[in-house]
Amino acid sequence: MPKPVGAATDVRGAGVSLPGWLQISLRFAQQRPLGAAGALIVLGMGLAALLADIIAPGDPQASNYALMLRPPSAEHWLGTDSFGRDILSRIIYGSRTALLVGFTSAFFGSTLGAIIGVASAYFGGRVDLLIQRLMDILLSFPLIILALAVVSILGTGTMNVILAITIPMVPRCALVTRASALAIRETPYVTAARAMGFSHTRIIFRHMLPNVMAPYLILVTAFLGQAILLEASLSFLGLGVAEPTPAWGLMLRGAAVEFAERAPWMAIFPGLAISASVFGFNLFGDSLRDALDPKLRTG
Amino acid sequence: MQRYILRRFFLMVPTLFGVAVLVFFLLRVAPGDIVELKYAGTGAFVSKEAMDQERAQLGLDKPLWRQFADWMWGIARFDFGASMWTGRPITYEIAIRLQLSLQLAIMATIVAVLLSIPLGTIAALRQDTWVDYVVRVFSIAGLAMPSFWLGILMILSMLIFFRWLPPMFFTPIWVDPWANLSQLVWPALAVGYRYSAVATRMTRSAVLEVLREDYIRTARAKGLWEKLILSRHALKNAMLPVVTVIGLEFAFLIGGLVVTEQVFNLNGIGMLFVEAITRRDYTMTQALVLLVSFTFIVVNFVMDLVYAWLDPRIRYQ
Repeated sequence: MPKPVGAATDVRGAGVSLPGWLQISLRFAQQRPLGAAGALIVLGMGLAALLADIIAPGDPQASNYALMLRPPSAEHWLGTDSFGRDILSRIIYGSRTALLVGFTSAFFGSTLGAIIGVASAYFGGRVDLLIQRLMDILLSFPLIILALAVVSILGTGTMNVILAITIPMVPRCALVTRASALAIRETPYVTAARAMGFSHTRIIFRHMLPNVMAPYLILVTAFLGQAILLEASLSFLGLGVAEPTPAWGLMLRGAAVEFAERAPWMAIFPGLAISASVFGFNLFGDSLRDALDPKLRTG
Repeated sequence: MQRYILRRFFLMVPTLFGVAVLVFFLLRVAPGDIVELKYAGTGAFVSKEAMDQERAQLGLDKPLWRQFADWMWGIARFDFGASMWTGRPITYEIAIRLQLSLQLAIMATIVAVLLSIPLGTIAALRQDTWVDYVVRVFSIAGLAMPSFWLGILMILSMLIFFRWLPPMFFTPIWVDPWANLSQLVWPALAVGYRYSAVATRMTRSAVLEVLREDYIRTARAKGLWEKLILSRHALKNAMLPVVTVIGLEFAFLIGGLVVTEQVFNLNGIGMLFVEAITRRDYTMTQALVLLVSFTFIVVNFVMDLVYAWLDPRIRYQ
């Protein structure tokens, strides 16, 4: 059973005072080991992206035809691809692409969705009906189809891929935040704010948005994993990030399938990287949801 | 109940119309059209007149509102026109692929249901034990692994360990069930695993929630047999959200399997979608978008009916 918030469980014993954020994270790790494992994976990925220049054994873009399709060895831990590029280095640099696309699209998608959802709930009536119908229309497309449509209109490339992933996230977030915001609209402090004659914008941004933080954070973490998967799928189809940018989905495309029998490492490791990172984000997101949403808290 | 059904039914129409308007104009806002793309492929110099002639043939020279009206009038008569790229009727192009996509969607759903309901229930019953952890990790892993990668791994291991590959061409199940299944079972497993992950998590949380209800306590207090409590009281009530998730995912399987179809070399609706979008085949893309949203909306509608049928509180609202 999770301990009540505020009842600090001192992990290190009495007398040692730790900084607040560390105490919170240690408590989180103690109560939710799966979530902590997820956070570790995410942290590892973040470090790999940050320190890619230092830890990567080679240049991710340097091709060397003398070293084509080499199996994993001491110099090339995860082998080389059909251009003789080091796979480990490409995976390490690829984490930059995955995190960049994942974070920006999950952040912008959820934020835009939250603003729309809250505004829709706040204004109610016709505005609400109109926005909801529009969101229904967007929701009736599978995620990947909508993203594909956007990419085919805007063209490929990292920025367009981010936009293509952001757009399908918006209605999904708007739906959830609207539901929470409907309850908030009826609270006395919103009525009070209205009575004080505050502007709509101020009420929405200052009074209502901060109170949908819990579902918002849950959605951001949930979308992060989905965005990374979606980017990998688009890149795999050749409609995402363009060569020679190192990206995991791109590494699985073409030669990886063609030479799958001769060089299975080309197909195995990038996929493992995708799975591990999404796994980490989901694990962390799940525990965060349990911790933040008291309704879902299981006792 | 009849009034509820009628009202819900008529609410479908504006949504579909909205989808139609949106896709129609978005497609035409995009730079480049099918005529340009066709000639760009040949590399030859083509005069502007020839291109305009081709556009006129496809009806692309008419004003936008006229094109839209023609399209709508066609739909009202169930005439979706011909594909701008192949020239064949759209209904024919879709029909030959729908067989495969529909069968794959059904098979993946079976895999998902068989995995998710027992796993989700047992995880809920053994909450916070190692069983629960194993099931949760298994289902989160299912969400994390791209199904196209799972597909690549499947093909790879069949190739390495059995020196065998699934058949490359689709045979309808009534022609040769064996050939049909030996091709489709693999993508169904790859997709079904991912799909089951969503449903397992939903089952787990729904069962957990129901188990805390007062009527379960009452049933236990009166000494009812635990198995009966589970099947009659808990599972029956927990199934509502699970059925919803399964239904919605099913709707997405019809058009959303783009990448998996690519890996297994399946000529399904998803591949047709990608081809149509990249070729700026307006008529085909429009028809496919309508098909996919129609499936989604109908599934939603049926879900609502099931809900209303099961839960009188919704019906009389």
